Amino acid sequence: MFASIAVLAEAAGEAAHEASKAGLPQLNPDTFVHQLFWLVVTFLVLLFVMSRIALPRVGEVIEERAERIQRDIDSAGRLKAETDKALADYEKALADARANASGIAKQTREKLAAETDAEKARADANIATKLTDAETRIAATKTKALTAVNDIAAETARAVIAKLVGQDVSLDDVKKVLQPTAGK
Amino acid sequence: MAAEGAGQHGPMSQFEIKKIIDLRLFDYDVSFTNASLFMVLALGVICGFMIYAMRGRSLVPTRIQSVAEMLYEFIAKMVRENLGKDGMTYFPWVFTIFIFILVLNLLGMIPGSFTVTSHIIVTFALAAMVWLVATGIGFAKHGFGYLKLFVPEGVPLILLPVIVPIELISYFIRPISHSVRLFANMMAGHTMLKVFAGFAVMLPVWGKVAPVGFMVAFTGLEFVVGILQAFIFTVLTCIYLNDAVNMHH
Repeated sequence: MFASIAVLAEAAGEAAHEASKAGLPQLNPDTFVHQLFWLVVTFLVLLFVMSRIALPRVGEVIEERAERIQRDIDSAGRLKAETDKALADYEKALADARANASGIAKQTREKLAAETDAEKARADANIATKLTDAETRIAATKTKALTAVNDIAAETARAVIAKLVGQDVSLDDVKKVLQPTAGK
Repeated sequence: MAAEGAGQHGPMSQFEIKKIIDLRLFDYDVSFTNASLFMVLALGVICGFMIYAMRGRSLVPTRIQSVAEMLYEFIAKMVRENLGKDGMTYFPWVFTIFIFILVLNLLGMIPGSFTVTSHIIVTFALAAMVWLVATGIGFAKHGFGYLKLFVPEGVPLILLPVIVPIELISYFIRPISHSVRLFANMMAGHTMLKVFAGFAVMLPVWGKVAPVGFMVAFTGLEFVVGILQAFIFTVLTCIYLNDAVNMHH
């Protein structure tokens, strides 16, 4: 197989040698050796530089960037979760505070109502006492006044008797007459 | 072509190899020529570019660093798609082939320069290297099982006497088609440019517009061809390598 290729190449080379005289520089086999030599040298150097120095550097940078982006996405996700949690906490706290506030308001309302009721009851009681007092006082005054009327009546009666009869009668007697039940 | 081919400034003169320094090694002629000069130049340009571009190794790439990274990612993606994850072992080699051919093609676009890839011996050597490496990997990985590559699955037994020789021929023709594709594209394009440049020189002033306009358009096309051929050569390298590594048909 390789032998046949070599033969073919040789034949082609010979044909090319003829052709090169006619002006196709690509087919001039005299140039093949140094072209191949420099191709091999430059290609191997290039392969070495690319695979050992240049490409690993590019690969590193690209990988590092991909890692960095992944890290950033991860941390963004984490931060978002934290934010969501904080928001939920805040809303919970708000709801709690609201429930608390309405509880306090209700309590205050009840307390105030109770106080008012108590105050009202006290006031009522006070008024009742005062009323009774006043009634007692009125009754006393009335009795006193009635007694005074009796006394005056007795005095008057005595004076009248003294004028009419000319006889001085004791006050107690007059009273006995005017009021048989009183003075006893 | 015949009319001006023989002259010093014919369309083919750009492919002539001129010795710069005469060198001999073990009785072989290893002279430093204009072709060698451009190979060394490409080597310098590539190494200089890759190392200069990555000097910062910054996480947020500079413009030049992102160019180097794009080249890397482009070939890495190609290798991964064709060869799978394990194929990344061969990535530096494939990348070297790609960038070497690409830069040689592009350097050849500089007026007055020399296009190394327009020489069949260079492209053939590269294609032969690919073929030999692929075949070597194939036998190293699968032993004689690699020969099953020439016996496609699901083919009726009666067709095998026809199919196997066809597969064998197509396998052995690979380095030739692989190398001639690149060589012929580069040579034909550059010859065309030179031919039309010749027209532009020969024609009177009022007639120069057409060939010059053509040359402007064709120069753009040649850049595309140069990049595309480097890409195609690399893709085929990956495909041949995939046959050897994974034996997918």
